[in-house]
Amino acid sequence: MTGTTLLSVENVVVDLPTPRGNLRAVDRVNLTVGAGQTLGVVGESGCGKTMLSRAILQLLPKKAKLGGRVMFDGQDLVSLDREALRKLRGRSLAVVFQDPMTSLNPVLTIGTQLIETLQAHLELDIAAARKRSVELLTAVGIPAPEQRLTQYPHQLSGGMRQRVAIAIALSCEPKLLIADEPTTALDVTIQAQILDLLAREQRRRHMAMILITHDLGVVAGRTDEVAVMYAGRVVERAPTLALFKKMRMPYTEALLAAIPKLDAAPHTVLPAISGRPPDPTRPIKGCSFSPRCRYAVARCHQEKPGLTEAETPAHQFACFHPIEMPATVPA
Amino acid sequence: MMLQPSPSEPLLKVENLVVEYVVGAKTVHAVSDVNLEVARGETLGLVGESGCGKSTLGRAVLQLRRPQSGKVLFDGNDLTAMRGDALRKMRQRVQLIFQDPIASLNPRRRIGDIVAEPLIIAGVKDPQKRHQMVSDVLAAVGLDPGLVMGRLPHEFSGGQCQRISIARALVLNPEFIICDEPVSALDVSIRAQILNLLEEMKARYGLTLLFIAHDLAVVKAVSDRVAVMYLGRLCEVGPSEQLFAKPAHPYTALLIEAIPVPDPDMRPAEAVAVGEPPSPIAPPSGCRFRTRCPRADARCAAEVPELRKVAAGQYAACHYPLI
Ligand SMILES: Nc1ncnc2c1ncn2[C@@H]1O[C@H](COP(=O)(O)OP(=O)(O)OP(=O)(O)O)[C@@H](O)[C@H]1O
Ligand SMILES: Nc1ncnc2c1ncn2[C@@H]1O[C@H](COP(=O)(O)OP(=O)(O)O)[C@@H](O)[C@H]1O
Ligand code: SF4
Ligand code: SF4
Ligand SMILES: [Mg+2]
Ligand SMILES: [Mg+2]
Repeated sequence: MTGTTLLSVENVVVDLPTPRGNLRAVDRVNLTVGAGQTLGVVGESGCGKTMLSRAILQLLPKKAKLGGRVMFDGQDLVSLDREALRKLRGRSLAVVFQDPMTSLNPVLTIGTQLIETLQAHLELDIAAARKRSVELLTAVGIPAPEQRLTQYPHQLSGGMRQRVAIAIALSCEPKLLIADEPTTALDVTIQAQILDLLAREQRRRHMAMILITHDLGVVAGRTDEVAVMYAGRVVERAPTLALFKKMRMPYTEALLAAIPKLDAAPHTVLPAISGRPPDPTRPIKGCSFSPRCRYAVARCHQEKPGLTEAETPAHQFACFHPIEMPATVPA
Repeated sequence: MMLQPSPSEPLLKVENLVVEYVVGAKTVHAVSDVNLEVARGETLGLVGESGCGKSTLGRAVLQLRRPQSGKVLFDGNDLTAMRGDALRKMRQRVQLIFQDPIASLNPRRRIGDIVAEPLIIAGVKDPQKRHQMVSDVLAAVGLDPGLVMGRLPHEFSGGQCQRISIARALVLNPEFIICDEPVSALDVSIRAQILNLLEEMKARYGLTLLFIAHDLAVVKAVSDRVAVMYLGRLCEVGPSEQLFAKPAHPYTALLIEAIPVPDPDMRPAEAVAVGEPPSPIAPPSGCRFRTRCPRADARCAAEVPELRKVAAGQYAACHYPLI
């Protein structure tokens, strides 16, 4: 990773007590994000992506137990008090969720929400905050921004709401933006626009970003590095170009193969991954992917593979029998 | 107008279909003058952005929403003219699968009862026979009947709920299934499982499908032909591979460009789509796509483009088609 390290996630564990027993949502995750860099986090639903982002933001459910360290911009977020965290989250650490209504207040106008955020964190007077709000809405591609200021979230389409949520997240010039499946609920055309928007604003502001998604297609052209998660753990991690050139972990390969290819003839059988991820309250003894892995051998069912380095230190994977052949990159 | 000659009479023929919703003093033009044909054994994909009228069209085919005008001919029978028992009988031959797999199943009923419901409505009185039919169809969609029949929907994942919906749609042995975004709410990996299952069931039960989605790559994976819809109107229809290789309508081209490609060497082209679709309450005059179209000119604002032949089997509604 080039540049200075902005975020470093060290041995982070998230345990959630449930009626079925302890649920380990995140299991000893280590990650770093450099200033201005983009990290993609990919994996199926339930594999711990959201819990990891909440652990970074210190926004875990009350009953959750967090282990490890989250170093951000020189401070350990785990040891900060609530007030310090609140300040930080408004200013240098921002988030965009899958459902924009998570971060928008349904009873306040768009204008009130933007202006209040700006006033609270940047100490602008109302006229300056209003002017800045219009600029932000313009930057995120909202036509007639002055009129939008007086509208409520429910009066906007899903795509527009996500743009507003991004405007609010960007308003205080954060150093790191965490985008948790920001386009999963949107149409492909709107998805492309929102991803372009995030990339553009990121470059312009030299902001770092964590882009969370279940679709490898989304991270391919838009991230510097990718971490693949499965059953709470990072199972492969590499610079994006290196990963797509040579996937080592069977799970990553299977995720890529499951995407319908544009150059395949209609009615081509898709190489689906059979079954589902394991129940996180019933941890598997061996490799968590072993029940679904087509390369699994006896050892995979007995021992858990650790994250080891490939040829290059930046490329890591957790597998006893990594794929040897370079993955063919589909068009 | 006729879209294309079929070797035999199409199983489904939609003629000049208009569906509108009245909201207060305003009218939502959800489906405006749409013509479609689906041949026996064919899968027709229907794509378009959210709100363009795909679900409305699907529901109007089944007469779950009565159209303002136009005809829906199923196996030669005009469903728009049918009522009561006659319509109920026809509906047993046409089934619908919804987008949200969990919400489309009654949360308080057991899986066995949910899947048996169409049999009860169809008058299959013998409980043992019903039990057998439900078991068979659950096994066919890859579920263990003994394990699932007594359980409730919330005990299942999205992918499993979609298997249950598919089982319910298949239990009466229909000829035609309308799949309304059956995989949009699912992960990439589970999506592939369900797409494969639909293909398998199609072959096994000899089905004809109308497959609705907003993702062209998904639609292409299962469809023989694809119809593209924008703001209530049909833009283009043609054989899947041909449509992808040479789209004629600028909107089809835009949809293709928007598909995220899992290849970092192909950096996505920026700003493929300008803005969002306008409101179907006041659709633009002339070509409805003109407010987002890079090729639009005065003629596009003045004249509604008719669907015209651009290549063998391929039709586009554009004054300045790309081919
Ligand atoms: N019951 C209703 N009353 C009023 N307007 C409606 C109703 N149902 C749908 N509409 C409107 O009709 C238009 C077409 O809606 P429809 O649900 O058919 O779109 P769709 O293409 O299926 O979209 P999606 O991708 O979101 O499922 C939209 O503008 C929608 O808001
Ligand atoms: N509030 C919660 N209480 C208990 N378990 C939860 C809670 N939120 C998420 N989980 C569980 O934690 C695991 C990881 O979830 P999540 O981080 O949301 O996954 P992802 O974002 O990758 O879909 C899942 O098994 C999920 O069911
Ligand atoms: S360790 Fe074994 S089961 Fe796990 S991914 Fe590698 S080959 Fe498959
Ligand atoms: S008719 Fe005009 S506005 Fe419509 S798609 Fe064709 S060129 Fe674009
Ligand atoms: Mg999530
Ligand atoms: Mg719909």
